[in-house]
Amino acid sequence: MAIEVRIPTILRSYTGGAKSVEGSGSTLDELIADLDGRYDGLRERLVDDVGLRRFINVYLNDEDVRFIGGLAAPVSDGDTVTVLPAVAGGAR
Amino acid sequence: MLTISAELRSKIVAHALADHPDEACGVIAGPAGSDRPERFIPMLNAERSPTFYRFDSMEHFRIWRDMDDRDEEPVVIYHSHTATEAYPSRTDISLASEPGAHYVLVSTRDADRPEFRSFRIFDGKVTEEDVRVAPE
Repeated sequence: MAIEVRIPTILRSYTGGAKSVEGSGSTLDELIADLDGRYDGLRERLVDDVGLRRFINVYLNDEDVRFIGGLAAPVSDGDTVTVLPAVAGGAR
Repeated sequence: MLTISAELRSKIVAHALADHPDEACGVIAGPAGSDRPERFIPMLNAERSPTFYRFDSMEHFRIWRDMDDRDEEPVVIYHSHTATEAYPSRTDISLASEPGAHYVLVSTRDADRPEFRSFRIFDGKVTEEDVRVAPE
């Protein structure tokens, strides 16, 4: 078993076109580091100096990870992590 | 070119007018690969702001999962500008994250004459496209 990570269209250039990849780790941070080892540059698109990038949404199963610890959120085999860039903008 | 039914076009404009002076936003889903906007999904603007919009993160998740289950994709992503023209702002361009979508902008600065325009936004580049309103 592993953790399934669903990758949005715009980041599939990092995963060779794959919609979904597998990784491991005990926290979201470790999982992202594990993925970055195989999909170089992916971490940079998700995380900045202070944590998850403001306009990247990450969900652990059905929950927004911002409400369950962010990068420190515990993950385990069988979980599904979904990455969705925020749909946002505006005249400002 | 974006081809859209008159009915869906009026639904987008009606949503934008109803939420004025805040920005309105939403999606029209269609069968994956078809480029046909079919299912109107007005979204909450989590920012409730006249100058900014952002899909509510949980609603975004649910709607994207529904589309996946139905083998659909976001054919149109729309939002309104309420005091400026219907043209993507720098913020719109830098945050655009669905390279396959038609980005529809509606301006409600003149409620009697709302503007409706469509763009492709990819890799920081904006290309306006024609809008063909198909008869029912």
